[in-house]
Amino acid sequence: MRLINRHPGGAVALLLGLAPFLVLILIYGAASQQRLAENPNDKLLPGLEQMTSAVNRMAFQEDRRSGDYLMWQDTKASLQRLGIGMGIAASLALVVGLLNGILPLARAGLAPLVSTLSMIPPLAILPILFIVFGLGELSKVMLIVIGTAPIMMRDVAQRVRELPQEQLIKIQTLGANTWQVITRMALPQVLPRLIDAVRLSLGPAWLFLIAAEAIASEEGLGYRIFLVRRYLAMDVIIPYVIWITLLAIVIDQLLRLTNRRLFPWYNAGGH
Amino acid sequence: MSFITVNRLWKEYGSTIVLENLNLEVEQGEFCTLVGASGCGKSTFLKMLLGQEGPTRGELALEGEEFPGEPDRNRGIVFQRYSVFPHLTVRQNVLMGLELEQKPFLGKLFGQARRQALEKVDAMIESVGLAHATDKWPHELSGGMQQRLAIAQSFIMRPRVLLLDEPFGALDPGIRGDMHELILKLWRETGTTIFMVTHDLQEGFYLGTRLLVFDKVRNDPQQPEAYGATITYDLPIGETNGQLYDSIESSVSKTARNLSA
Repeated sequence: MRLINRHPGGAVALLLGLAPFLVLILIYGAASQQRLAENPNDKLLPGLEQMTSAVNRMAFQEDRRSGDYLMWQDTKASLQRLGIGMGIAASLALVVGLLNGILPLARAGLAPLVSTLSMIPPLAILPILFIVFGLGELSKVMLIVIGTAPIMMRDVAQRVRELPQEQLIKIQTLGANTWQVITRMALPQVLPRLIDAVRLSLGPAWLFLIAAEAIASEEGLGYRIFLVRRYLAMDVIIPYVIWITLLAIVIDQLLRLTNRRLFPWYNAGGH
Repeated sequence: MSFITVNRLWKEYGSTIVLENLNLEVEQGEFCTLVGASGCGKSTFLKMLLGQEGPTRGELALEGEEFPGEPDRNRGIVFQRYSVFPHLTVRQNVLMGLELEQKPFLGKLFGQARRQALEKVDAMIESVGLAHATDKWPHELSGGMQQRLAIAQSFIMRPRVLLLDEPFGALDPGIRGDMHELILKLWRETGTTIFMVTHDLQEGFYLGTRLLVFDKVRNDPQQPEAYGATITYDLPIGETNGQLYDSIESSVSKTARNLSA
């Protein structure tokens, strides 16, 4: 049988999926053990023991200086920035995308601007944001907004334009005015697609968040890993990275489930 | 003055002539079927009736007034596909037109008004035979049921003109027969003027009151777009015979072969 026609069964697929993770963990474990055997104070490849004690210190004990639980504080600060940034970006994307998608006049006026904005590398204007909005929360949120909104705007506009022309004609023959075409035809059909766009934009959003936190901040997951880098504290950095990855997976899956729950017609192939 | 008047109508796209010198008078309540080869301007004519396209030259009038330049609630349409809204259930799909009409800003009905509208909606759904599927999503319906829904959605608005653009082209032959009965029943009940485009000459010959054949009279093999199509036969249904059917059939297929060559 040709290779392209051989499909793994459920259990085999699960094993194949887990195998690379196991291999990576084993390689890391072996390398870490070897280095620790030579030098018990090695910091580059900390073992499980060192990492759990670091997590214990960061997450479950009060910081000696500030009296805070640093990991939770960092998590809260980062998620707040991410949430506000993505919330604003998604709202902007919805409004601009809908207008661009459905009104030829709006598209003529706005689409070139949106396309140009989406080409600007967001990190290049981070200094401008710091200068204009200061080093506080606003500049970090703005970086996420500027980095993700233009692409989502284009995506939403594209999704609106992909709605069958027949529907657009049909709703007009039912007497709809422009406002009704937007609110009763385009908006409800584009909402699940907006959630998909947010899921795709979360990757870049994390990148911008961590970059902004690394450069100027007093708390946050990105701030922390760049701070402890000075002490080569891999025992903190590695668990933080794993924690960030877990958060990203959980947020992504929550959005996926929300989409399924709210829009049953969308996920059952009704589009 | 007749209900719809078409007077020396031409439609061109650049140097391509689609329709040439079309003349037609249609009375209210007629059921016209439009047949002809692909590319002979049947759908273009339907688009002009709908307001999606305007004539290049000539007159197209509804009760003496020029046709509005965009679709409106007086002219319903059923396409071959994609006519229903996938994000609304059967009931919501049929309700939509009534809601849009009564609530220009919200586009939704509530309370008493909604209950009254739903009575009409349910009666309409019943009469197209979808009573068992009221709360289903369109993707859960078969092709024929989706077309029934699209028909209900249009008919509930009581449009003055109903346009059907190959509405049964994608359906199985058995289902098509049922759909013919349905559309004839609704047509008799409402007296709406209907234009139906079809590929199927047989369908055109036996459904409705009047058959309009779109065909090219002249053909230039070197430059097929130089001549447009026009109405070559305008026949009352019921007074036609087999010989005529054969002659139309052979003329239409000849044009089709010329166009695809």
